[in-house]
Amino acid sequence: MFKKSLSYPHLIWMVIFVIAPMFLIFFYAFTTSEVDGETVFTLDNFAKFFEPMYIKILLNSLKIAVISVVVCILIGYPAAKIIADKDRERIAMGKKTTGLLMMFVMPMWMNAMLKLYAWLSILQPDGFLNTFLSSIGLPEINIMYTQAAVVLGTVYDFIPFMILPIYSVLIKLDNSVIEAAQDLGANKFKVFYKVVLPLSLPGVVSGITMVFLPALTSFYISDFFSGGKFMLIGNLIEKNFKNPVGRNFGSSLSIILMIFALLSMRVTKVFNKSNRQMSMY
Amino acid sequence: MKKIISTILCTILTVCLVFVLGGCSSKTKLFVYNVGDYIHPDVIDMFEAENPDIKVVYELFDSVEEMYMKVSNGTSPYDVAVPSDYMIEQMIDEGLLNKINFDNVPNYSNVDSNMRNLDFDPTNEYSVPYMWGTIGILYNKTMVDEPVDSWDILWDEKYKDNIFLFNQERDMVSVALKKCGYSMNSDDDAELSQAEAALKEQSDLVKAYCGDEIKDNMINGGAALAVVWSGDAYFCMEQNPDLAYVIPNEGSNLWFDCMVIPKTSTHQEEAEKFIDFMSRPDIAKLNAEYIGYSTANEKARELLADDVKNDKMRYPSLDEDFMSKMEIFAYNKSRNAKLADIWTRVLNS
Repeated sequence: MFKKSLSYPHLIWMVIFVIAPMFLIFFYAFTTSEVDGETVFTLDNFAKFFEPMYIKILLNSLKIAVISVVVCILIGYPAAKIIADKDRERIAMGKKTTGLLMMFVMPMWMNAMLKLYAWLSILQPDGFLNTFLSSIGLPEINIMYTQAAVVLGTVYDFIPFMILPIYSVLIKLDNSVIEAAQDLGANKFKVFYKVVLPLSLPGVVSGITMVFLPALTSFYISDFFSGGKFMLIGNLIEKNFKNPVGRNFGSSLSIILMIFALLSMRVTKVFNKSNRQMSMY
Repeated sequence: MKKIISTILCTILTVCLVFVLGGCSSKTKLFVYNVGDYIHPDVIDMFEAENPDIKVVYELFDSVEEMYMKVSNGTSPYDVAVPSDYMIEQMIDEGLLNKINFDNVPNYSNVDSNMRNLDFDPTNEYSVPYMWGTIGILYNKTMVDEPVDSWDILWDEKYKDNIFLFNQERDMVSVALKKCGYSMNSDDDAELSQAEAALKEQSDLVKAYCGDEIKDNMINGGAALAVVWSGDAYFCMEQNPDLAYVIPNEGSNLWFDCMVIPKTSTHQEEAEKFIDFMSRPDIAKLNAEYIGYSTANEKARELLADDVKNDKMRYPSLDEDFMSKMEIFAYNKSRNAKLADIWTRVLNS
């Protein structure tokens, strides 16, 4: 009896911070307030989403999230591999790890807005980047306020979430497995392709989940880097909630986004099952 | 040992708690809710020094819409807020404001008589004007050769990727309406869709729709043209002498930010005391100098430096000719939703 009562604070917490907000979101999503102040049940908020414009916003958000994930893998995997290899070498020799991983994690401790403003001064037409490019005789580039800038911001912000899980899988890799492959005559490329890569896939998969979902839902990055010239689904939700008349539509958008989040988790879960050899990050 | 430490810590915590609570009860807390950077930093201290029994809790909002949400939710006990014209009209309409007892605000007499009894508060029972200004075009004289006198220049192909606009449906749809020759408050669907088409056409030329970043970009020469509030324009012009501000000939928006007492207030008298204090010429002068916007306080304006108070851009004479061109935003509930939809479509065209 006593043990059971210990879980009450947790239960209260769940009710206040999980169930109550969810209930409110569902309530707003399926209702609308009439001009005379009455609240009525409606599906209009969901119907509105199927206007081509909103579908386009969702597709655009998915596109940017997918591109960001791919870029994160392309940059994050080699980075994680290099750091993990170095660290494993040192661990084998009984030394301390290099601390390179720390350098990727450290920017996460900084305030996100601060980092974005730093990028602004780099990417501005007369910013550091262009000053540098023109000083070595290269043409200037202007990517601020474009989709490329949004991808850049997203990748920059979320790449630690890709590197960390891949690193922690790679660092735990059993050396004898690699040695066995080498003994059987596999060259470097084959060892990586046939052994290391498949074994590290669970790390990649959890990296994908950890980057894709925030990339899909974030709004401050796109707000900042797009110059307001296009919206992502996160911005649309934010805008609707800030608008006194948009709460209902914003709620239905949140539910639609939740469906996509659940779907993507489902997909990665299925994918992970086939890679059960190693524990997840 | 552990026990002793925890006992000591508990005692300290309890003492602190009693102390904090005790501190609270002796002073009245006055919750003031304003936009960022919209008051002289010393003014709150001065008010507290003159009224030792009042403690001011100063909170900030990003947009008047945010303020409206918080006040209408009624979760925070705001005593004084500083919304703009159309929002005041909406809040009066929805019964979210308390009437001010003007007997307690003698300094109201300092407010410019042209700025009383305006459309959003026709009988002047709810609001005391604080700052006012216009919307216009800020341009860089080194980048724009031709004279700037019309909204049309924001549709000129020559300035592609050189234009910064507000990410704000009300202001931008109004500008487009005015460009097409209609009233800024038009609720006519045909006129609104014409404005929408104009905004969509313009979107190819626009570098970015944003907020405060406009100021940075204009000061750094990052763009030739921008739509700004007059107060921000003076700020930019002080930082970069190449900039100039103009109110287009077609006319523009005239806005007023006023002090009001929301329904959430629990200290009506103290709130009136604060509003009266803010309307005192010396205080209003401090605020006007610090913020750089145009003060609605006539006595305070007379105290300002000559080149400021006689500046035609900052203090245009509110004669009939000027007033006939200018429009104050009006509140219209069904139109708000239309504006939001138009703006989403424009940004995603």
